[in-house]
Amino acid sequence: MEARLKLRNTKSILFKAIVIFFAFLVTIPLIVVLLFIIKQGAMQINWHFLTNVPVPEGEKGGGIANAIVGSFLIITVASVISIPIGILTGIYLSENPGTKLSYFTGLCVDILQGVPSIIIGIVVYFWLVKPLGFSGYSGSIALAIMMLPIVIRSTEQTLLLLPPSLKEAALALGVPYHMVILKVILPCGFAGISSGIILSIARIIGETAPLLFTAFGDNHLNLNMGKAMESIPRLIYTYATSAYEEQINMAWGASFILLMIVLFLNLFTKFITKKWNIQF
Amino acid sequence: MDNNKRLDLSYAQLKWDNVFKFILVVMSVILLIIVAGVLVTLVIQSSPTIKSIGIKFLWGNQWNPVTNAYGALPFLIGTLLTSFTALIISIPFSIAIGIYLGEYNTTGWLSNLLKNTIELIAAVPSIIYGFWALFVLVPIIKNFQLAIGVANYGVSVFTASIVLAVMIIPYAATLSMTLIKMVPSPLKEGAYALGATRYEVIKSVILPYTRSGLFAGVLLSLGRALGETMAVTMLIGNNSAIASSFKNIFFGLGSTMASVIANEFGEADHTLYFSALIELGLVLFFLTVIINLIGKRIISLYNNK
Amino acid sequence: MEHPVLSSTKFNAWFGSNHVVKDVSMAIEKNQVIAVMGPSGCGKTTFLRCINRMHELIPGASTKGSIKLYADDVYTMNPIFVRYKIGMVFQRPNPFPNLSIYDNVIAGYKLNGLKISKTEQNDIVEKSLTSAALWNEVKDSLHKKGTFLSGGQQQRLCIARAIAMEPEVILFDEPTSALDPISTASIETLFNELKEKFTLIVVTHNMQQAARISNKTAFFYMGELVEFDNTKKMFTSPNDTRTQNYITGRFS
Repeated sequence: MEARLKLRNTKSILFKAIVIFFAFLVTIPLIVVLLFIIKQGAMQINWHFLTNVPVPEGEKGGGIANAIVGSFLIITVASVISIPIGILTGIYLSENPGTKLSYFTGLCVDILQGVPSIIIGIVVYFWLVKPLGFSGYSGSIALAIMMLPIVIRSTEQTLLLLPPSLKEAALALGVPYHMVILKVILPCGFAGISSGIILSIARIIGETAPLLFTAFGDNHLNLNMGKAMESIPRLIYTYATSAYEEQINMAWGASFILLMIVLFLNLFTKFITKKWNIQF
Repeated sequence: MDNNKRLDLSYAQLKWDNVFKFILVVMSVILLIIVAGVLVTLVIQSSPTIKSIGIKFLWGNQWNPVTNAYGALPFLIGTLLTSFTALIISIPFSIAIGIYLGEYNTTGWLSNLLKNTIELIAAVPSIIYGFWALFVLVPIIKNFQLAIGVANYGVSVFTASIVLAVMIIPYAATLSMTLIKMVPSPLKEGAYALGATRYEVIKSVILPYTRSGLFAGVLLSLGRALGETMAVTMLIGNNSAIASSFKNIFFGLGSTMASVIANEFGEADHTLYFSALIELGLVLFFLTVIINLIGKRIISLYNNK
Repeated sequence: MEHPVLSSTKFNAWFGSNHVVKDVSMAIEKNQVIAVMGPSGCGKTTFLRCINRMHELIPGASTKGSIKLYADDVYTMNPIFVRYKIGMVFQRPNPFPNLSIYDNVIAGYKLNGLKISKTEQNDIVEKSLTSAALWNEVKDSLHKKGTFLSGGQQQRLCIARAIAMEPEVILFDEPTSALDPISTASIETLFNELKEKFTLIVVTHNMQQAARISNKTAFFYMGELVEFDNTKKMFTSPNDTRTQNYITGRFS
């Protein structure tokens, strides 16, 4: 009996040790990847790198200004498209649970969340690129479609958590429905909704596949979103497999910048949820 | 404030109320249109191959744009092989994380550290994983391939699977953590009161109770893996022929549906080639959507339990 | 003859197929405190929410019959206007957590887009908070968030918010059930002052409270208005045996 108990206890401790081992082993690949990118990329970064466009293959120097500007413009337009649609749809879903439309819209959000990004890319190719040519806008549309489910779900979840008494208080004052939503419900859910938006931007800023056949790429600094446009992830993809060491180094530099942006956005989300959260 | 002014205002606002409600409906309908549009576009654009090749497309083992032979089998094998390998590698890790964060250590700095790690693993763009692996993992695999007697390119189905495994850990891990945390404590206390050890409680109370939810988490991870494009495209070698032995299939070059689209879509020079690639997209769309919806359905059933 | 402030005639309300208010007819005179009591689930809160048309906001809810504010049927009026004229205070204090105390008081104006001058705003805030017996406690922290106040203060802030709209009637849905005894006492004292200007309808679970605060009491049972009479009479010699049973605690 005594021995059996001992065995069971040992088993329990052993199991815990195994769980801890596996759980923390996962930190290793992350640390290795982060350190490697920082080591390879940090030394590429200088003012010249950030403000110049790529030079022809094999030459020294050059930068990724075209990709930084391109990514910025494409993401900005994608956000302008997806944030209003996402928030309003999220409001609809949280305000009208149980209707037919909200069931099917919810289903579509789930579907969109699961669609591989490359498929969004080729579909937008047929919608916009085939008739109009490669353009920054088409890349924005593709990324906007990828952002939508995240913005919608985070808005919906945030609003569902707000106490119903809040809405009643406003309605009982004779406040019309749209003002209740816009002036009371949305401000109270501001922290949750904005962290969802920033998280969605962090997700799509590194998306490469949807841009391959939409925004395509351009070695020159281009501010016209009606034309093909470079982006940071696509630049990494093209240069990562290059035969020229200079280009590979540029890809490391670009990876470093992309990583820093993603890390910053993730930290920022945490900051928002902590700082702007409203106490009830 | 006089009553008439208020009365006028309230009618004006009632009108805006209806406008606002209408806008909400329109926005929700946009979502339906997008998803329907994606599906219709894929079907229309792949109709040339659907018509000329038919259902054979799915098990045809030749992919040769020059002779217009299009069979999806090599890519189906590549997709399923990479995804399931990645899944099998990742499951022990994600479940361990779920148990650790959901049961052993739910609060405190150490568990926060691990939670942040998981979030960051999900946050790092797939292109960066691919790029890193190309320079760090590929040389290691090269030696390994040499040792087992496979053409040593370094890139392979196996290489892609390893990186994919790391990338999909967060999906199942976060879900299992949430579910394990939600196990009602009376259930656990009941077992402890009978003298069960912690391991026995986990094995005979927590895991059975959360089984369907953990399965859903694994499905969500699988859905991610099936559609993952960039890292896989960079690491799998992009070979559309089916190798002769399993060793060569698994440790040699391969291709997935997503990777072949990413690689060849830009080069497709005639209609049938184009539409064959789209049809791969259509198959991939159905595969990922079905797996995701099953996963989500299980989770929502679980949450209503 | 002058119309009573509120009068309902054969009023009915449903949740889906569940008939929760049955043929309620009553007339309420100006500047009175009306207590509405009855066992839980008797329809008293639903009836209250029908008066300012909050009931219809719940999916599946429906009504029949009429409730009149003076001569006008509230069910043919614009619901937004109805809620201007009939204020409401809820069970749990619910100040807007994103607004300051000051903005909470004039929230009814701001959120409705009613434009008023700064001096008018200051006036309304001071007057309403004074009427709600909160001015002295918060006059130095008007721009702090309303959620920093204690529960009783928050509830008085909600009363001030309702008063600010200058309603005819204020509805109270068990306003003290979430408060401690001292806050409850201060709100009960407040009722006495408020009835000088407004007509108050107070749903309460607590019979002693009904006896303390009201001029008239309505007793609801199973969706019906069993008895509506002077409070004194109700508590000493009720007409109906069900009222008698409730008051003596045979059921609750």
